[in-house]
Amino acid sequence: MNDLLQTAPATLPWENNPVLAVEHVFMRFGGLIAVNDLSFSVGRRDITALIGPNGAGKTTVFNCITGFYKPTQGMLRLQHASGATFLLERMADFRISAKARVARTFQNIRLFSGMTVLENLLVAQHNPLMLASGMTILGVLGLPGYRRAEHQAIERAKYWLERTGLTPRADDPAGDLPYGAQRRLEIARAMCTGPELLCLDEPAAGLNPRESAELNALLLGIRETEKTSILLIEHDMSVVMEISDHVIVLEYGTKIADGTPSEVRNDPRVIAAYLGVDDEEVEIVEENLDQIIEGAAT
Amino acid sequence: MAAEDTASKHGPDIAAAVKDALLSGVVALALFGPLVGLRTEQNMRNELVIQGRWGLVAAIVAVIVIGRFLILTLVAPALAQHRNRAAARPEHPSALRQALGKWFAPASIAFLFLYPVLIVSLLGFQGSLKWVDNFGIQILIYVMLGWGLNIVVGLAGLLDLGYVAFYAVGAYSYALLSSHFGLSFWILLPMAGIFAALWGIMLGFPVLRLRGDYLAIVTLAFGEIIRLVLINWRELTNGSAGISSIPKVTLFGIRFDASPDGFAKMFELPLSSAYYKIFLYYLILLLALLTAFVTIRLRKLPVGRAWEALREDEIACRSLGINTTNTKLTAFALGALFAGFAGSFFAARQGFVSPESFTFMESAIIVAIVVLGGMGSMVGVALAAVAMIGGTELLRELAFLKAIFGDNFNPDQFRMLIFGLAMVGIMIWKPRGFVSSREPTIFLAEKKAISGSLVKEGHG
Repeated sequence: MNDLLQTAPATLPWENNPVLAVEHVFMRFGGLIAVNDLSFSVGRRDITALIGPNGAGKTTVFNCITGFYKPTQGMLRLQHASGATFLLERMADFRISAKARVARTFQNIRLFSGMTVLENLLVAQHNPLMLASGMTILGVLGLPGYRRAEHQAIERAKYWLERTGLTPRADDPAGDLPYGAQRRLEIARAMCTGPELLCLDEPAAGLNPRESAELNALLLGIRETEKTSILLIEHDMSVVMEISDHVIVLEYGTKIADGTPSEVRNDPRVIAAYLGVDDEEVEIVEENLDQIIEGAAT
Repeated sequence: MAAEDTASKHGPDIAAAVKDALLSGVVALALFGPLVGLRTEQNMRNELVIQGRWGLVAAIVAVIVIGRFLILTLVAPALAQHRNRAAARPEHPSALRQALGKWFAPASIAFLFLYPVLIVSLLGFQGSLKWVDNFGIQILIYVMLGWGLNIVVGLAGLLDLGYVAFYAVGAYSYALLSSHFGLSFWILLPMAGIFAALWGIMLGFPVLRLRGDYLAIVTLAFGEIIRLVLINWRELTNGSAGISSIPKVTLFGIRFDASPDGFAKMFELPLSSAYYKIFLYYLILLLALLTAFVTIRLRKLPVGRAWEALREDEIACRSLGINTTNTKLTAFALGALFAGFAGSFFAARQGFVSPESFTFMESAIIVAIVVLGGMGSMVGVALAAVAMIGGTELLRELAFLKAIFGDNFNPDQFRMLIFGLAMVGIMIWKPRGFVSSREPTIFLAEKKAISGSLVKEGHG
């Protein structure tokens, strides 16, 4: 029994001490099954990409992980490097961010557009600052403890401004930034919460090739220097193939492939899902797969 | 835009202006013909007869046609030119504007402290009564209420149409507890605030899951419920008759009356009701400044930033680990706290409270003050309170118009009309309120005002 448990996961690096384990998650909206028996693992300090055609249920999976939806059934287990474990499906959305340290960005950018870039980054550090201000009471009195904490928060914000190249725009309203800078600011804001897992919903959407390359560098840099694991949804294959360690492909809410970028790229079902194929070919592929599965079973 | 550009280049287009003016004339004729032109009057036999007033209609239509023509040919091109010039100028506020922005608030606070002295030295104690009481105290109560509601509506973006309910809770708390238990104002002031804040939290818990229009309607209903309870719970509140002879405020135990240990006797001054009014004036001024101080302080704390972030985007807030329910509740409770303070002051000042004082109209006026001032701006809200309350009070002084319109003219009837027109005008001229830009709470290198067009108004 012990042997089985130890040998089986060794083949897949991300199964080893994953930061997030999604197990048999279903999400139904009335009669529509948006996510159908989905299981995957997000490796610690990996960049994991979740890809799939439009309407495949990628954002629904994100919403389940970050608590904006409650999955109909299934388990989402998040484990910190320290060993603390959280069952995300049982937590309210803001607790997932505050306690389980999962941060996210949004497909259609959600910045606080009327607040400055710096203010956006300070709002992200709300919980530690709130504690330092003694739930506001000590802060109103202007005690030095809070001022120290605020200073630290500003330092952290400055650090992320530097990393994302936004320092010169720190005092401008977030709504005034160009599109690419808004995307970077959203990542910086998410990183200011000090996340264990960073979920990026189409971070490269609408970026030009240069900005896209900068984004790749930023994400690789985050993996390099922070203890953050990254899970991203992306359509831009150059981003996915270049930076991710692990790719999961969804179609109609079901996982159709799961592996390294090169494995996934050559998977016939992924090609079929993305490019579309004749029905005959699908049948052939499915027969082949059935044979493989049968072979594996016997 | 294109039409304006050509107009500024080639001079006004006379033919188009004539056409437009005539069209306005037709509309005016259709409107004012039946409204003004036909008047029914009773004759000797009590029959209704129609009287034509076509001369008046002709005059009105002529004014509109000529006015419209002049606007199109003279005023509009001048305005367009002015706008173009303004757009061409680099967007650097003049030194005067900067100085105004910097010194306006301290200067007006200094003025407010000197105001009673000024009025008394100009008009004497008896003459100062109206200016200190009707203008000073009345306006400052609304400044304080506006600042309190500004936390809820302006910062947190929760549209609360029942704010007056908390004002009522504060007023009745003071009225009942002081007349039944004889507690002093200084004990009851914080208690009234805390009671109101508790009501804010009690209302908040079930309601804050609602957003936008729904929240507005439920808060409106809450305001009505409080008023109806005050009317119908006769045993406690004495119903519509209200509670009278509420004890006055004392200055550390010194009473403002004719008794031997009263204020006037103590300092050997002639008896006058003005001392009490001036004392009340300073009291409400300090209460309003307390509201402002706490709000300014809170804006720079995490809770204040969370309020503003909530107004900007609630979903993003939750994704950053902010407990939005608690954040909304603190905004509600704090707004209610200041309304409770203002309410207990109101009860002490009037010496009489009845449900009449807490109608929906009051809530609407306070919301109007916040919207007119520019949501979130302290200076704007204060200016709006001066304009709204001071303006309506000033309109009472329209008696001089009798000289123009004859003795039958009753200026009081036109107060609301003029007031409404002014509101419409201001909202066209400044749709985001007097102060539309937002001041950042913190900055690295340079403090830049944020244009109102980027700041969201909140969805409740």
